[in-house]
Amino acid sequence: MKDSKRSTISGTELLIKRNGLSKTGVLLLITISLFVLLYVISSILFADSNFAKYSVFFNLFNNKAYLLMLALGLTVVMISGSIDISVGGVTGLVSMVIAAMLMEGRVNAIWTIPVSLGIGLAFGIVQGFLVSYLEIQPFIVTLTGMFFARGMISVINTKSVPITDKLFMSWSSAKLHIPFLYNERKNGTHDVAYLTPAAIVAIIVLILLIIALKKTKFGRSLYAIGGNTQSALLMGINVKRTKFMAHVLCGLLAGIGGLLYTLFAPSGNPGNGYGYEIDAISSSVIGGAMLTGGVGLPIGTLFGVLINALIERVVPLLGIVEASWPRIITSAFLFAFIVLQSVFASAGIKGGFKLLLPEWTRFRSNNKYRRDLKS
Amino acid sequence: MSNFSNGNKAIKPALKIIAKSLLSSRLTFSLAVLLVVVVQNIITTPTFFNISITNGLISGYIPDILDEASLLVIVTLGMTLVIAATGGVDISVGPVMAIAAGFCGLLLNGAEYRTEVFHSPYILALFVGLLGGALCGVFNGFLVSGLKIQPMIATLILFTAGRSISKQITHGQTIYVMNPVFKWLGVQIPGVPIRTTIIVSTIILILVVLLTKLTSLGLYVQSVGINGSSSRLVGLNSRAIKFMAFVICGILAGAAGLVGSSSLGSVNSGELGWGIEMDAILAVALGGNMLGGGKFSIAGSVIGAYTIQAITTTLYAMNVRADQLSVFKAFIIIVIIVASSDVFKGKIKRLSLKVFSKNVSVGG
Repeated sequence: MKDSKRSTISGTELLIKRNGLSKTGVLLLITISLFVLLYVISSILFADSNFAKYSVFFNLFNNKAYLLMLALGLTVVMISGSIDISVGGVTGLVSMVIAAMLMEGRVNAIWTIPVSLGIGLAFGIVQGFLVSYLEIQPFIVTLTGMFFARGMISVINTKSVPITDKLFMSWSSAKLHIPFLYNERKNGTHDVAYLTPAAIVAIIVLILLIIALKKTKFGRSLYAIGGNTQSALLMGINVKRTKFMAHVLCGLLAGIGGLLYTLFAPSGNPGNGYGYEIDAISSSVIGGAMLTGGVGLPIGTLFGVLINALIERVVPLLGIVEASWPRIITSAFLFAFIVLQSVFASAGIKGGFKLLLPEWTRFRSNNKYRRDLKS
Repeated sequence: MSNFSNGNKAIKPALKIIAKSLLSSRLTFSLAVLLVVVVQNIITTPTFFNISITNGLISGYIPDILDEASLLVIVTLGMTLVIAATGGVDISVGPVMAIAAGFCGLLLNGAEYRTEVFHSPYILALFVGLLGGALCGVFNGFLVSGLKIQPMIATLILFTAGRSISKQITHGQTIYVMNPVFKWLGVQIPGVPIRTTIIVSTIILILVVLLTKLTSLGLYVQSVGINGSSSRLVGLNSRAIKFMAFVICGILAGAAGLVGSSSLGSVNSGELGWGIEMDAILAVALGGNMLGGGKFSIAGSVIGAYTIQAITTTLYAMNVRADQLSVFKAFIIIVIIVASSDVFKGKIKRLSLKVFSKNVSVGG
C-alpha cells in the first residue's frame, strides 16, 4: 500500500524537477518572503514598538533559541519520514533536572551541559532503536517517551524550583553586543543589538546542521530514505541506521534545546515545555518540511521559528490581551501553509490544481486525465 | 492404548491450529493484557468483584472502571475509523470535545455562567453540541480528503486552536449548569440504577458496530485504508469515505464532550478531554490495529480502551500520584508494544524453532 503511494509522489517530484522547479525551493521562498512581508508590515503598523530596531530583530533569536533547536530536530526526523513528539517533554525534564542539580549549589554548573546532552541522547537512542530496529510506529514510541518525560518531571519535583547558581545565571544573563548594529535612543545613548549565549549556540548548531544535511553522507541518505524508502534500500543505503541516527540527532537537539530553554527561563517548573512539540512541528511545517518525508531544509525551519516568534510579539500589539488569540492566529497561519503545501504537492501532475476542486466544478479538458486513468 | 494414541493424533493438530490462530489473532494479545491487569487486581483487592447499590446506583470496582472508561471508549471508536481509513491519526478529539461542550453550555446558560434555568431546550443544546463536533469533523475531513494533507498535520490545526476557540465560545469562563437535568447524561437518570455513561457508551458502541457490519462502510473503510488509489480504480469514492470517517470521529468526539461535561456538571474548555487523544491512539494500538491503516477491529479498540482505564485505575489503587501515573503507563505501554511488534515476535519464533529442532535432533 505504501509503495504505490510513494511511487506516485516520486513521480510528481520528477515532473517538478523536469520543469526546473524544486518543491523545497518554492516552499522556502514563500516562507522567507512571508516573514519579510510580515516584518515590514508590522514595522509600519507599529512604528512605536521599534520593529525597525536591530535589537528587536535579534531578540527574536534570543527568545526562541530553544524552539529553533527543537524544530531543527523535528525537521531532521521529518525529513527521514518519521516523527518525534517527545521533544517538549525532554525540554521540561532537562530544565527540571538542571534546577534540581543546582539546588543549594550541589554541583558545579559546568556539569549541567553534559547531563542535559546525555538526557537528550538517551531519549534519542532508546526511541531510535525502538523505531528503526524494532519497527514500531514512531508516533507511539515518542508518545510514550513524552509520557515518561512528563512523569519523571513530577517524580523529581512537583513544585517550581528557582535556579540561583551564580555561574549558571551569568551564562543566562550574558550578552554579546554586536558592534556597529545600534540605534540611537532619544536621549542620545546607543541601543546596541545583542545575542545571548543561547542564541549563539543555536546559530552555530544551525550552521553545522545545514552543512551536515547538504554535504555529508548522512544528510544525503536522510533525504533518500525519506523520499522513497524502497529505492533507498535498493541503492544500498542502510535505512535502519540512518533512521536511528536521525532520532538520536533529534534527541540530542532536544537536550540542547532544554539547556537553552533553562538559560532563557532559569527555573525548573513542572509545566515547562508543555506543548512545545506542537510549536516545533508547526514551525517545521511552516518552514517547508513535509511529514511524508524527503522534503525540508534547516534554513526554512529557522524562518518558521522566526514567524512563530514574530506572531507572538505582534498579537499583543493588536490590542488583544486574551491569551487564547495567539494560538488561534498561529493555527490560521499553519492552515494557510498546509493548504499551500498541498497545492504545491499536486502542482506536479498536469491539471493538479483542478484535481483539488470537486468534480462538478472542473472543466471538460480534465476528461483527458480521466481517460488516462481508465486506460 | 490404540484408542488413546488415535485420540492424541486427532487432538494434536487441532490444538496446533487453535494455538496458531490464538497466536496470530491480534485480539488475543490485548485480551491477555486485560486479563493480567484483572488478575493483578483480584490479588491486591479482594473486593474486586463486589457490587453494591449505593444511592440507587450500582457501584463497585468494575462499574467504576466501565464508567470512567466510557469517554475513552466513545472517542476510541471514532479514532479507529479514522486510523483505518486514512492511516493517520486525529489528534484534535480532545479540543473538539471542548468545542461541542462549549456550544451546549452556551445554549443552556445564555450569557450567564452559573444558572439553574435552561435558556433553551436541553435536546436542542445536545443537538447543537453534536453539530459542533460534526463541523470540526467536516473541517478535518475537508483538509485530509479534499486537500490531501497528512491527517496528523491537518488535525494539528484544531488541536492548537480548538481549546482557544472553545474559550471564545464560553467567553473565557467555566460555565456551571446547575439544573439537575443536565447531569442526566453523565451521571444518572433518576430511577435507573446504572450510570448513564455506561449506557450511552454501550449504545454508541452498538450503533458503530451496526454501521460497520450492516452497511458496507466497514468494508469500504478497510479497502480505502489498505490501498486508496486501487480502491478508487475499483470504483469506490475513497475521498468521500475518508471524509465520512472524519465526520463520524467528530460527531463521536462531540458526544464524548457532552457526556464528559455533563458528568462534571460544568463546561471547562481548558480541562475537558485533556490528553484523551493520546489515550485513544494508544487504545487503538493496544487493540492490535495497524496504525498504518487498513484492517481494523472495533472489539480490539474497545478492549484496548478498557485496558488503559483498568491500568489507570489499578495504578491509582496502588497509591500512585496522578502526575506520576504517566511514568508507569509509559513502561507498561513500551513493554506491551515491544512484545506485540512483528520483529520481536519473529525473533522469538526463530528462537523457539531453534530450540525445538535441537530437541528433535537429540530425540532422533
